[in-house]
Amino acid sequence: MARESGEAGALKSCEVRKRTKRKSKKESKSRVVRAGGAQEPHKRYANNKIKTTKYTLLSFLPKNLFEQFHRFANVYFVFIALLNFVPVVKAFQPVLALAPVIFILSVTAIKDLWEDYRRHRSDTEINHMDCLVYCQSQRRYVEKYWKQVRVGDFVRLRCNEILPADVLLLSSSDPDGLCHIETATLDGESNLKQRQVVRRFLDLDCEFDPSKYDSVIECEKPNNDLGRFRGYIIHRNGKRDGLNKDNLLLRGCTIRNTEEAVGIVIYAGHETKSMLNNNGPRYKRSKLERQMNIDVFWCVIILLVMCLFSAIGHGLWMFQYGETRPVFDVLSPGGTDLSPALSAVYLFLTMIIVFQVLIPISLFVSIEIVKICQVYIIHQDVELYDEETDSHLQCRALNITEDLGQMQYIFSDKTGTLTENKMVFRRCAVAGIEYSHDANARRLAMYQELDSEEEDCTSHGGTLPRRDSTGSHQSARVVLRSQSTKSHRRTGSRAEAKRASILSKHTAFSSPMEKDVTPDPQLLDKVNDCASQMEFMRLHAQPLAQLPSELSDIIDFFVALAICNTVVVSSPNQPRQKVRMRFELKSPVKTIEDFIKRFTPSRLTSGSNSSSSSSLATRSSAPRAGSSLLSSPSTEGTLLRLEEEKSPGPLEGSFRPVPPHSASEEAELRYEAESPDEAALVYAARAYKCALVGRLPDQVTVELPHLGKLTFELLHTLGFDSTRKRMSVVVRHPLTDEITVYTKGADSVIMDLLRPPTSDDTKGKRQRKTLYKTQNYLNLYAANGLRTLCIAKKVLSKEDYAAWLKSHLAAETTIQGREELLFESALRLETDLQLLGATGIEDRLQDGVPETIASLRKAGLQIWVLTGDKQETAINIAYACKLLDPEEEIITLNADSQEACAVLLEESLHYIRSKFLCDAPEQATRAPQDDPSSLPVLVHRLGLVIDGRTLAYALDRSLEDRFLAVARSCRSVLCCRSTPLQKSMVVKLVRNKLKVMTLAIGDGANDVSMIQVADVGVGISGQEGMQAVMASDFALPRFQYLQKLLLVHGHWCYSRLANMILYFFYKNAMFVALIFWYQFYCGFSGSAMIDQWFLIFFNLMFSAFPQLITGTLDKDVSAETLQDRPQLYMSGQNSEEYKPYMFWMNMIDAFYQSLVCFFIPYFAYSDSDVDLFTWGTPITSLALFTILLHLGIETKTWTWLNWASIAFSVALFLTIALCYNASCPSCYPPSNPYWTIQRQLANPLFYLLCLITPVAALLPRYFYRACQGTLFPGPVQLGRQLDRLPPEARRSALGQTKVTGGHHFASQPPLYHIPGFFCNHGAEGYKKREASTDSAKEGVGLSGGTATAEGGWGPDAKRSGLPPEVDTLLYLQGDASDGRSYANAAVAPSGFSLADRATPPPPFTQHECVPLTTAATCVQSAPGGEGLGLPPSTATRPEGRTADSLETTLL
Amino acid sequence: MMASGYSAKEEDGHHPGASGATGSGVAKSKKPDNTAFKQQRLPAWQPILTAGTVLPAFFVIGLIFIPIGIGLYVTSNNIKEFEIDYTGADMSSPCFNCSQGPSWNSTWPCHCSIAFTLDQPFESNVFMYYGLSNFYQNHRRYVKSRDDSQLNGDKSSLRNPSKECEPYRTSDNKPIAPCGAIANSLFNDTLELFYIDPNGTRTQIPLMKKGIAWWTDKHVKFRNPGGTNLNLSMVFQGTAKPVNWHEPVYELDTDPENNGFINEDFIVWMRTAALPTFRKLYRIIQKKSNMTPTLPRGNYTLDVTYNYPVLSFEGRKRMILSTISWMGGKNPFLGLAYITVGSVCFFLGVVLLIIHHKYGNRNNSADIPN
Repeated sequence: MARESGEAGALKSCEVRKRTKRKSKKESKSRVVRAGGAQEPHKRYANNKIKTTKYTLLSFLPKNLFEQFHRFANVYFVFIALLNFVPVVKAFQPVLALAPVIFILSVTAIKDLWEDYRRHRSDTEINHMDCLVYCQSQRRYVEKYWKQVRVGDFVRLRCNEILPADVLLLSSSDPDGLCHIETATLDGESNLKQRQVVRRFLDLDCEFDPSKYDSVIECEKPNNDLGRFRGYIIHRNGKRDGLNKDNLLLRGCTIRNTEEAVGIVIYAGHETKSMLNNNGPRYKRSKLERQMNIDVFWCVIILLVMCLFSAIGHGLWMFQYGETRPVFDVLSPGGTDLSPALSAVYLFLTMIIVFQVLIPISLFVSIEIVKICQVYIIHQDVELYDEETDSHLQCRALNITEDLGQMQYIFSDKTGTLTENKMVFRRCAVAGIEYSHDANARRLAMYQELDSEEEDCTSHGGTLPRRDSTGSHQSARVVLRSQSTKSHRRTGSRAEAKRASILSKHTAFSSPMEKDVTPDPQLLDKVNDCASQMEFMRLHAQPLAQLPSELSDIIDFFVALAICNTVVVSSPNQPRQKVRMRFELKSPVKTIEDFIKRFTPSRLTSGSNSSSSSSLATRSSAPRAGSSLLSSPSTEGTLLRLEEEKSPGPLEGSFRPVPPHSASEEAELRYEAESPDEAALVYAARAYKCALVGRLPDQVTVELPHLGKLTFELLHTLGFDSTRKRMSVVVRHPLTDEITVYTKGADSVIMDLLRPPTSDDTKGKRQRKTLYKTQNYLNLYAANGLRTLCIAKKVLSKEDYAAWLKSHLAAETTIQGREELLFESALRLETDLQLLGATGIEDRLQDGVPETIASLRKAGLQIWVLTGDKQETAINIAYACKLLDPEEEIITLNADSQEACAVLLEESLHYIRSKFLCDAPEQATRAPQDDPSSLPVLVHRLGLVIDGRTLAYALDRSLEDRFLAVARSCRSVLCCRSTPLQKSMVVKLVRNKLKVMTLAIGDGANDVSMIQVADVGVGISGQEGMQAVMASDFALPRFQYLQKLLLVHGHWCYSRLANMILYFFYKNAMFVALIFWYQFYCGFSGSAMIDQWFLIFFNLMFSAFPQLITGTLDKDVSAETLQDRPQLYMSGQNSEEYKPYMFWMNMIDAFYQSLVCFFIPYFAYSDSDVDLFTWGTPITSLALFTILLHLGIETKTWTWLNWASIAFSVALFLTIALCYNASCPSCYPPSNPYWTIQRQLANPLFYLLCLITPVAALLPRYFYRACQGTLFPGPVQLGRQLDRLPPEARRSALGQTKVTGGHHFASQPPLYHIPGFFCNHGAEGYKKREASTDSAKEGVGLSGGTATAEGGWGPDAKRSGLPPEVDTLLYLQGDASDGRSYANAAVAPSGFSLADRATPPPPFTQHECVPLTTAATCVQSAPGGEGLGLPPSTATRPEGRTADSLETTLL
Repeated sequence: MMASGYSAKEEDGHHPGASGATGSGVAKSKKPDNTAFKQQRLPAWQPILTAGTVLPAFFVIGLIFIPIGIGLYVTSNNIKEFEIDYTGADMSSPCFNCSQGPSWNSTWPCHCSIAFTLDQPFESNVFMYYGLSNFYQNHRRYVKSRDDSQLNGDKSSLRNPSKECEPYRTSDNKPIAPCGAIANSLFNDTLELFYIDPNGTRTQIPLMKKGIAWWTDKHVKFRNPGGTNLNLSMVFQGTAKPVNWHEPVYELDTDPENNGFINEDFIVWMRTAALPTFRKLYRIIQKKSNMTPTLPRGNYTLDVTYNYPVLSFEGRKRMILSTISWMGGKNPFLGLAYITVGSVCFFLGVVLLIIHHKYGNRNNSADIPN
């Protein structure tokens, strides 16, 4: 078996294979694929035709009915309709009773049919896409439809084609046997992924020929695991090659950067991994619907009670007559005498039929109709339309619109959701000098301005004829823009650029905004200076080392920016090819002369390159001899430039300054990076003429000003990982021939790895100064919300390198503990670094994010950010988007173990509780209505930051309650470094434990699980592919639209639907109760004075339209006010429109109204010669008028549609009644309403009744509403009043009321508190804690060193808000001073705070009440800017904040 | 940061890769139309219910309703009505003997006469009703126990009445005409009214038996089978009379225009009453001239041919004499209701006025708490 096993690893894998083989034999759990799609075994496998439709023409009716009957309500209604066919109990004409049920069923069926047809159409479209399939008979590739592809077929894929099936890669045009694919549609990641040709086919010299293929593939059965593929390929000679996921191209991915690839189809159609991942849409039930179902249940109870009551009544009624049957008590049809008991039983069933209207059969259909209309209207909102991407909001879930109005928690992704996910180089510091790149900042600001200008245009002027005005505005602005941005190479708004980038099929990774970096003139001068000096040195044959250190640092800095990454260079003209330039290095370059010699253009020859990139380390020690090669095929542009370089003389030519037009050529190069940060840095370097022009596995080429192209031999790449938080490249510098390590990484780690200034001489001082300055700038960058990176270098001696390499190679070949060894090896290399500089990259916030967050928060929404980013970045962004407030305390939870986490949580809880105790007395006075149970939910001005590791502990079952208790009392929660699974776990935890409505918003594949778990999932249809959108219920183009979606549409949808549901219950109850009252006057015989037609069609037709109009269009408060006053959203959160008691209030009102509608005609006609239907028809009309007027009272906005619908309802009723009553004198048994309504309309009594009854019925509700509007108006009503004010008054009211206090909302805690004895208690706590710090250190194991680093570069320091100078000063002080000064400071707060709080305190002064008992507290506080540090472990933390901070850190 | 919990969800089930191909309208902007309807900016009236705004409505309703109510009340009070119970449940009643005897199948006619006095003269047309109490003509099984097409003159229904008529569908294997429980329980008392002159002579008051049913009933809904000119006994040959009836349907009256199914007493009875206590128009006493009242003040005798048993279900029988106005018979309820509702509205209006005065200006600035 293990034939070719030479290595231990291979042996191991062979064993694995053996095991799977054995297993496969046993359970036949493998699939065998041979060439040729038509062969026998392949017929068993699914072909590539996909069918996602549910029905066929034949199966539609039975299947659809079957599905519909899964809904309990439908079964119920059918049951009732069928009950009507039983003679003893029947109440109506049986066929008539079927009508509503059939109507309801057919409406749903038509909807299903339409949806299925849409699916069918999209299936057909996909099935008929073309691809090239190898035809065995014709011996060439022929075009076929996707659906004709079979397992075992060879498919040829060209660049930018979409894979039709899961394909095993057998050949690629790429010389290295690679194939790049974009998996954005699968997992949302837009960076390119490499796939490899199966090893044996890689070594083929000639092109792959399918006809010669005769291997057999055995692989696992289809499964839905995207990250796994196992199998092996057996060649004719019996040899086997293992297959893994790197050989498999998945259906749905797109081929990129590879001209052509050939593969064999392994899985097709529904067996592909992407299709197996297609779970059907999740049926979500909205909260409102859940609540409604409870009330439907109550309706059933009421119905049963009413029926039971009637049945008993009937039994008693019959019983009272005894043996003598009165004439009107007719025998049963069989002529048999019914006993009272049996009669009662029959009557019970009859009553269920008669009262069936109480269970609103049309409610479900009406709700669906209204929701579809609501979705349509949301869809049409022009303010949710993003012109940049030409996309608007998509509602993918049709049945949870109203949930949008009830959200309580928002879980947001950060990158791409809050931010644009566009990294823009913003500023840098080199060698301790800051280059602020003001022009760059201005340029960026301009993009933003243009954006906001654009928004202004689209969002204002609602009543204006906007289309024309917008158009003219835009064109005007475009002119303006092109004038103002002449200085840039590309002009145009970000909008245009973005649209261009999205429209281009090649998924441009960077928009002009990211690509164009405006260089800082100062720095550019220096670079030029440096270049000219180098030129000077070249002339004088001086070694480069004599360059002034600052200048060399600058050059090194940019070289590091350009090469210390994994960016792939491609050319857009032929995007399928990498730009390759391979220079073979003969010997190390020692001097400039040497360098020149080597790079004279005459030596540039072109040739092919077929080397593989397997091992970098081995080649590095032995540079290959040979002529320098320029790999083919290279881009035309490159060739052109090379030719240009050829023409001048050999010496001058190569050092000729870069011609001006080359800039545009450079611009043509496309950088494809794994992370946008890297690309941003490369673009930044390019702006300084230090352009990365090519990258190969073993070398990178950089074009430098004056120096031309330099090729760095790439000796080693130590990739980025999250524990090291840095990456390094080891190169041989072509100019100095030194082995240089360039390291790029998080400032917190790099700063620790720097070589400490050795001496106190000037150099050392300078170094230290540089260090401090750089740190200072880093803090400043972070404070501005920039992502900071430090760039450092290190020069290795050859011996050192050789020694390191040896150990590293040893580490690489180890089997056990390889990761750790490699990690240690990397650590050995990345020490004693020399700081070059720091960069600040801006991950631009999306427009309006801080405003959106602020207003969502005002709306009472808790916002949690769950991000995979590192803590520092996340906190920075959180500050930038106002998620965290500088004045807020932040609890940071970083724990190393379960126990530490538990302790931390316990402490935080204690801390919050003690703080809460301080708040409590005031709470009691301010909001006495608050019961104690609701108090712990109060949200403090606290921020919680937790990292992924701690989160993992905190999410443990034992700790989750405590974690939640801490988290829910914090105003904002930030989870960093969280995995997708953790994200979903957090959402699930909050949703299930707190029983709140959750919304998850994200844009990438890593948010999918979270989006699916949340009650409402929102996807950002941004750049990161469609995965999140696919999983979402709503897809938004931008985060800021969430504000309108929730605050306006959510509120509207909720209040509309809530009111409609309540109205439905009312309406049906009121109507049914009329018949119920009548039972008292007809011997509980189940008789109805309302004609059966009216009874059945009342809901379905007469009273249906106005409520649909109201349910679709009613606006309780205008959109403007809702957005101005996010607080109004709380009415939805608290379900104020539809509280459980409201159902009963409505029921009571319904019963009252029906009493009025029944008894006024009753007394008006009592003891008269009125007959059944002559009496019943006015009652029906009265009920209709009352019901419509009731709706009128509840309607907040009357448009012509409301009027029309009400008029239509009345007209419809009268028309139908008139026609029906005139049509046939003897039809429609058992009722005989001939000419009834006609006579009634001629009767003045009818009109008198119509006048008084609705008035009397609606009087209480009308009066109540009026009183409510005056005496205790809710916020929504106040909002409505605000709407009514004229615009100016409104504006002033809006401005004014910002001041008026929040006494209505106790849920918003006071931001300050009055001093009490607790405060003293708190001060004592400090002392105690001071004393306990030592034990804390030992008890939980604070790791001092790391804590220092963390603290030193901690985000809280960066957020000081003070000028950087001061910040540094404090920092230095903190560094130098010893623990005693902090002890003094610790006593200070009590006195300070007491004095301070005697007066009305400023909002943010706070104090701590720290528990006395905790062993491992490290709470620190610095009120009013007092520096207060804690135990030595955290003493270096700069405390420059004006507010308190709580920092519990355990590492 | 790969999605570990990867699970693709596609509602439409189409392949993600094809999403680019499905976007057909690439050139067309997806920007929604900026119309008033789609942007929900239709011109609208937004009434706000506060004390101040609602106040006028209450006063207006009050001011309208109270006069209407007074008018109605006065109208109702001007209607003269006289009612006399002739059930004979009391020992003292002249009809006591009759009431004990009859059952549905007794053929023995029982006569009794009740004297009464009208204190006021009845000026205009007087409507004579019989009233039944506790008679559930609205019972569900009773109400539907009829065959409208038979009554409409349909010959096939005459021979083969609807199943709804069970158990009064056939009798002795002959179809019953008219079938059903309603017809079966036809009110069959005969009432005659005599005016007792002060000098003691009895004058029979002429009672109009036509014109008491709805015109549409008499002429459209109820038809004798085979038209009007035929001999009714021929037409109804082969049918049985309802079991409780003393004579077949074609002997209800001698007037061919009032016989058979179009007998107005029958039609009136077939119009089932809405409530268990009801009256049905029996006869009309037409006003003779403007000079003399239709029914002058004085003593009267009601002669009853007592057939209809009601005591078995504790029913009551009444004879009612009433004039009518434009709003029907005497019923003060509606007038009182209008007055009450109007007053309540007025009162609430005052309450709202107070509320508005005290609290109305409190929150006109609409301070939504922050």
